[in-house]
Amino acid sequence: MARILVLFAHPRTDRSVANTALMAAARAIEGVTFADLYAEYPDFDIDIDREQQRLQETDILIFQHPVYWYSSPALLKEWQDLVFEHGFAYGSDGTALAGKSLLQVATCGTAREAYRKRGRYENELRTMFSPFEQTAKFCGMHYLAPFGVFSAEDAAEEKRLDDVVSDYRRLLTALRDGRLDLKKAAAVPLLNDVLDEIIASEPAGV
Amino acid sequence: MGFFQDAFIYLLAAVIAVTVSHRLGLGSVLGYLFAGIAIGPVLGIVAGAETETVKHFAEFGVVIMLFLIGLELEPQMIWRMRWQLLGLGGLQVLLTTTALTAAAMAAGFVWQTALVIGMTLALSSTAIVLQTLNEKGWMRSRGGQSSFSVLLFQDIAVIPMLALLPLLAVGDPVALVPANAADPAAHGSLIDGYPGWFQTLVIVATIAFIILTGRFLVRPAFRLIAAAQMRELFTAAALLIVVATSLLMDLVGVSAALGAFLAGVVLSTSEYRHAIESDIEPFKGLLLGLFFISVGAGIDFGLLFSEFFLIIGIALGIILVKALVLLALAGIFRLPWQDTWMFGLGLAQAGEFAFVLFGFAGSSGALAGSLVEILILSVAVTMLLTPLMFILFERYVLPRTVSSVSREADEIPEPGTIVIAGVGRVGQIIARLLMAEGYKIVVLDHDPNLVERMRQTGVHSYYGDATRPDLLEAAGLAEAEVLVAALDDQDQQTALVRHVSEHFPKCRIVARAFDRHHLYELENAGAHVIEREVFEGALALGRHTLKELGLHPFRAEQKVRAFRRHDMQTVDILREHWAAGMGKKYITAVRTRLDELMQVMRSDRLAGKNLPDREWTPPRGEDAER
Repeated sequence: MARILVLFAHPRTDRSVANTALMAAARAIEGVTFADLYAEYPDFDIDIDREQQRLQETDILIFQHPVYWYSSPALLKEWQDLVFEHGFAYGSDGTALAGKSLLQVATCGTAREAYRKRGRYENELRTMFSPFEQTAKFCGMHYLAPFGVFSAEDAAEEKRLDDVVSDYRRLLTALRDGRLDLKKAAAVPLLNDVLDEIIASEPAGV
Repeated sequence: MGFFQDAFIYLLAAVIAVTVSHRLGLGSVLGYLFAGIAIGPVLGIVAGAETETVKHFAEFGVVIMLFLIGLELEPQMIWRMRWQLLGLGGLQVLLTTTALTAAAMAAGFVWQTALVIGMTLALSSTAIVLQTLNEKGWMRSRGGQSSFSVLLFQDIAVIPMLALLPLLAVGDPVALVPANAADPAAHGSLIDGYPGWFQTLVIVATIAFIILTGRFLVRPAFRLIAAAQMRELFTAAALLIVVATSLLMDLVGVSAALGAFLAGVVLSTSEYRHAIESDIEPFKGLLLGLFFISVGAGIDFGLLFSEFFLIIGIALGIILVKALVLLALAGIFRLPWQDTWMFGLGLAQAGEFAFVLFGFAGSSGALAGSLVEILILSVAVTMLLTPLMFILFERYVLPRTVSSVSREADEIPEPGTIVIAGVGRVGQIIARLLMAEGYKIVVLDHDPNLVERMRQTGVHSYYGDATRPDLLEAAGLAEAEVLVAALDDQDQQTALVRHVSEHFPKCRIVARAFDRHHLYELENAGAHVIEREVFEGALALGRHTLKELGLHPFRAEQKVRAFRRHDMQTVDILREHWAAGMGKKYITAVRTRLDELMQVMRSDRLAGKNLPDREWTPPRGEDAER
């Protein structure tokens, strides 16, 4: 059973219906550690040792956050800047993260169409997140394609939220039980459409 | 009436002469000397015998001065200076003694007598030199430090010299009353007549006794005295220490000044150091002044004029020989050019110990009485010339070195210290923070128990009332970079800030305020940074309360930030109303701000500027199209 750590970064959880639902789903799954970074570090004073310890007890790291200016809220950036330390995450002695996986679960204000080559942003979500991807690779981690929640503010109203939440649940349990094809998940631009293909009903390699 | 008359004459002469001399830029020492000359030999108001009594009394000033020097010298510092002390000081005494002894032998004295003269004249005047160096602010320069090392070594060297004198007596001790039997040591001690080894043993035991008493008895005693919170009692106790040590040293026949110095060193690590220092300082100044006056008054003009050329010749000879030795030593020890001259010219006189030693030599038969008179007069002349030497240095050496390269190397400023006034609940935390960061801090508090506790945790704390200007000075505020004013009394706190901002304009003042009104007061008093002591703590508690009520921790943080910002603005807005006297307008303004606060904290997003709710908002379709 893989150990999953969800680092949730949202300064205003009370305003985000989508994230509240996703958070509840993740918290309910056995084997998932869920951390609300803005609740733990409201003053941005991150406990680096504690976070590194937490990472060492983790196989799969998930950043769950809204997209702010094509990136994450500030605290998550601060978290990476401090926790992915030389001698821990990289450098000759920094192998603590090698072999682990990183997945981003991002709620976007805009519709999915905006994140296409011909869309308004002219780029896939994954391309937008390339700083995260490069950071992960630099630290020897497998970077999986992001899971996006598009037009998140309208998801509940448009009755899409339940599907999104159940997909998220499926994704997390499959990751936990080793039923997700990590190679395929790393190769595609977005996880949303390929969930059926990459999730097996039985654990791989059994 | 006699006492008041004398006091009147001495004080008047001192006040006039020192003021004039200071005005002319000649320094206080010369002023006192001339005051003495004026009331003694010139006007004849005070008689010779009387000046002797006064001089005995005034020598206590030298004792106090050495006590204060000791107080400023921690044992580690002396240890660090050991090579300079032994090297510079030892060589100076050795070489000068040799040269002067040779000169005296050439003048026809037997070697024993010549040696007495040489040894005695090798010593310089601690009183004049240190007083001048302090007054001019040269103490910290290399020349000043070197001078100090030599003077300290000389003070120590007096002991073996005193022991040596009786052995050098030529013929029978003549029963004459020495002109200047100044030192009590000359009166003989309790242990005279015992074998040498026993005397030595007693002296060592006495020194050990002083050290142990200072370490283990004086501090608890001072704690009790300080707890009484009576300043004069504390001053009396401080003086008592000096007198007691001097008395003890006298009894065993050692220089009282050296004993006082020792007592000072022992107390230099105690928390009462600065308080003792500032309490005793005025006594030192007055008594030293009196000492210089008595030197001036004691000059026998009759003898001076009858043997004018001989005396002036001897005086100039002494200065020349001593200066040459000193300059050579400065060269060997590679002092910079200007320090070389400060050292060479400054220490070229003979010192007050010469009065003592010549007196002693006279009574012990090592020197003849008439010779003693002439030598003492020559010594007085060299002392009289010393301020002129310093003026020479100031006029001709200093101006030429201001722009020189060696000067620049001296001017690297020492990292400034931080003085923390008050180590109650607030000051303690600041002290710990700064200590942990490795800053040099000096902590002052008037509660001896608090100081004791801080000392146990390793903080350099001193007992004393931080509102006393002299104590602030003693704690080193003149060199301090920052003063942290953290007193627990509002009015004292304001007074402290006002005093420091007026007298030490270069020192930054970080101040603890009790509330908003006090904050304004401190601003007016000149504090640079002010923080209300309970404000941040109360906000933290407020934030925790909001969290307990179910608010997300980051929301609580945002609310607190908004509140804080609004409150800071309120401080700015209410300032003018406070200055105008806190009338009705002030109350109205406070009300308005309160109402605003409620709107600000509760209103919806984007309704105003100072909201806790301002945050990242997603660009909408129409935003992108523009």
